[in-house]
Amino acid sequence: MSEKKKKIVKSIKVDVDKCNGCRACEVACSAFHASPKYSSNNPGRSRVRVIHEPLKNIFVPVFAGEYTEAECAGRDKYVIDGKEYDECAFCRASCPSRDLFKEPDSGLPLKCDMCESEPPLEEPLCVQWCLADALTYEEREEEVEEEEEEEQMEDIELGLESLVDKYGFDKIVDAVARLAESKKGEISK
Amino acid sequence: MRYAETGFNLEIDLSRGSIEKVPTEPKLTELHLGGLGTNAKILWDRVPPEVDPLSPDNMLIFSSGILAATPATGANRTIVSTFSPQTLLMAFSMMGGFFAPELKYAGYDKVIISGKSPSLVYLWIKNDKVEIRDASHLHGKGALETADLIRQELNEPKAQVAAIGLAGENSVYYASIEHGRSSASRGGIGAVMGSKGLKAIAVRGTGDISLARPDEFIELCNEVLKYIQHRASNPIKGVPPILAGIGSPQEMAIHDEQWHTTSFAWGHARQRRKDFWTKEREKEWRETQEKAVERLISCYNCPMKCGAVVSYPALGVSKYMMKCYSKLTYVMAAMADDLDFGFRIAGRAQEYGLDSYTTPQVMAFAIELYEAGILTEEDMPGFPSRNEDRFFYLVDKIAMREGIGDVLAKGVYWAARQIGKGAEAFDHNTTKKHEQMVIKLGMLNPIYYLMYATGEKISITQIEGQMPQAPLPKDYREEFIKDWIHIPTGKEEGFKRFILEWGDEDKRFPFWPPIDLICELVDWQETMHYIDDCTGICAGLSSFPIKPPYHIHNIPLFLSAGTGLDIDEPGLLEIVRRNRNLIRAVNVRRGLRRKDEKPPEDHWKKRFPELEAKLLDEYYKFRGWNKEGIPTKEALEGLGLDYVAKDLIERGILTNGEKPSSKEASA
Repeated sequence: MSEKKKKIVKSIKVDVDKCNGCRACEVACSAFHASPKYSSNNPGRSRVRVIHEPLKNIFVPVFAGEYTEAECAGRDKYVIDGKEYDECAFCRASCPSRDLFKEPDSGLPLKCDMCESEPPLEEPLCVQWCLADALTYEEREEEVEEEEEEEQMEDIELGLESLVDKYGFDKIVDAVARLAESKKGEISK
Repeated sequence: MRYAETGFNLEIDLSRGSIEKVPTEPKLTELHLGGLGTNAKILWDRVPPEVDPLSPDNMLIFSSGILAATPATGANRTIVSTFSPQTLLMAFSMMGGFFAPELKYAGYDKVIISGKSPSLVYLWIKNDKVEIRDASHLHGKGALETADLIRQELNEPKAQVAAIGLAGENSVYYASIEHGRSSASRGGIGAVMGSKGLKAIAVRGTGDISLARPDEFIELCNEVLKYIQHRASNPIKGVPPILAGIGSPQEMAIHDEQWHTTSFAWGHARQRRKDFWTKEREKEWRETQEKAVERLISCYNCPMKCGAVVSYPALGVSKYMMKCYSKLTYVMAAMADDLDFGFRIAGRAQEYGLDSYTTPQVMAFAIELYEAGILTEEDMPGFPSRNEDRFFYLVDKIAMREGIGDVLAKGVYWAARQIGKGAEAFDHNTTKKHEQMVIKLGMLNPIYYLMYATGEKISITQIEGQMPQAPLPKDYREEFIKDWIHIPTGKEEGFKRFILEWGDEDKRFPFWPPIDLICELVDWQETMHYIDDCTGICAGLSSFPIKPPYHIHNIPLFLSAGTGLDIDEPGLLEIVRRNRNLIRAVNVRRGLRRKDEKPPEDHWKKRFPELEAKLLDEYYKFRGWNKEGIPTKEALEGLGLDYVAKDLIERGILTNGEKPSSKEASA
């Protein structure tokens, strides 16, 4: 059983024709995610990278996506309008096949978080710093199917949390364990 | 902890093959900032004045500016300093692009090259790993081609490369260092690189650059970005389109070339063609440009689009990048009417690694000598009859230093003297042995007179800025000064009045404005360039255009928030004066004197020798220099340059009790 839910989807629209290849997005991103904020910058840590080959007229900002444990079986190349893009050029994954989207020191994966911040940014900083308007921010509502069960789990967790707040973690764990023991027969049915 | 800078230089001795990572003195940052300032200090300390620029004892410094690789918009310039084989003085050349930031992310403020490698090599810097690598397979390769080959063999597509072409390998006196997007061209620094057997430097860096007061710094960046947008929708009125906006002059975007083609001189800086720009021409040139320019592009962390990818496959030129006036220098020098000749030859010249200001002038000079019978068929066997073909003929000969090209490779001044037979008379557009802008005008402009005469960079575009180049239309002047926030503190009234009055009946050059105001205006223009050369901020956002986003009031804030040093406007101006005087002293020690401080004889038709002498006297005095243009002991000591004064006195260049020049002394 599932039901339709409204969800805000954040997106950065990348207009590669407008990109001048200045890489200000990389500067802004790495500065924003420095700790403390803005205290340093380093495009090597950026969660957006501009594929930048001026003499091939190739300028493509790519945002870091999910970490992946394994590389793909194939390594794809794209040819668009006669321009050949490097293998895996458009892939957003932090992947064992390449050094892209990994912290330069630790090798830990990087992922674009749309500049999660408290208070929230009006739009991600890379978008604000892209005066060429190659990057624009859009939000749209989408209906997504959410599993009822998940929702229940959320409710249960909320309830448990308030019990933990009231009686302390250990007591609740004990109570759950006792309950489990006494209801064992019932559950196994 | 060092902020904004890395605190390390990379010292490479190519004779010994040694590589050292050397921590820098924080005190030197306080005294000279970075970039050009600290370069000058190194050259003063470590290169004695008798050193031949092409000898192993000369040093070649690739420096970032102190704000390079910070989030400051447009702080991306690489400042290359050495001694010029052409002028024999300190060479100033800078380039935009991506090199300096990459160097800083790799952990270095400068790469200091000394010695000479026994065979052709290139330098590969990846963070802490630095290698001197064999480059024998890159012999004779084009500058852009070299960069590609190096990235391929290292398998480092993100490496930034600065390379010389054949002209640099052959030590052509006006060889450039090319960096794909940009080039450091003036003064023959590519020749020095070639003389050291260094084909290229490739760098890749993945380290952090830190800021002292980050929130403050980012707020300043946001203000600059806002102002850039403001200026995009508020062009300056009453000036040619090419000067109305910010950035490097927008030659790649703008088609209207009336100003350059009708105000600048064609051929070997000889004649103006006031009726050149017609409707038909405009149409034809627009079409050519639209065909050639594939895309407008930016330097690192800068929204301006001053450069272009130029693609001319039909004409056998591989893609290259171009900006600014190089679009026209070859066209105008060759008296070629078609713009596509310019795009074709500039591509070849860039692969050779040649300066697009000097090269066309040298070739136009050679054509003049040929037509005057001074150079003959014997000197130039098979010399074609069309100028366009002649330029291709000559550019090959120069880069290869073949036949007459070997002589012409030294530039107009030296070639004229070597050729003799009256060729010296054709050397009419050089100052301090360096080819000047191709402008020939009527009435002496006292402000530009001083800038041409005394500028240490010997290149007017690296001295001028901030000001309209002609009086503004009367009805626009009030509006212009309203938001002219860029003027240094205390000078507002005088500079604004200048703009309001300039061009009125009795307010015309050369006997107006008063000399003290002229000195102030020259000082302001030059000062802004000296600041950029230390910060690494592009002149196109700061010292060159009218009403730029960076100025004397916000740069100290950037420097303070970035470095953590407390630098205010007076403090910054003092650093500039210190650097200015140190560089003057470097050149004075190499022989620069008043007699060398002359704009080209025919730059203006109407000259005023008495007035000009007075201008120089007063300007020297204003700077605290004696009547020979040498900084006095007092001036030097006042700036903490006691060691410079001591050296100049020991060499007999200065006498101990010398006072700044006075009117009496110069009369």
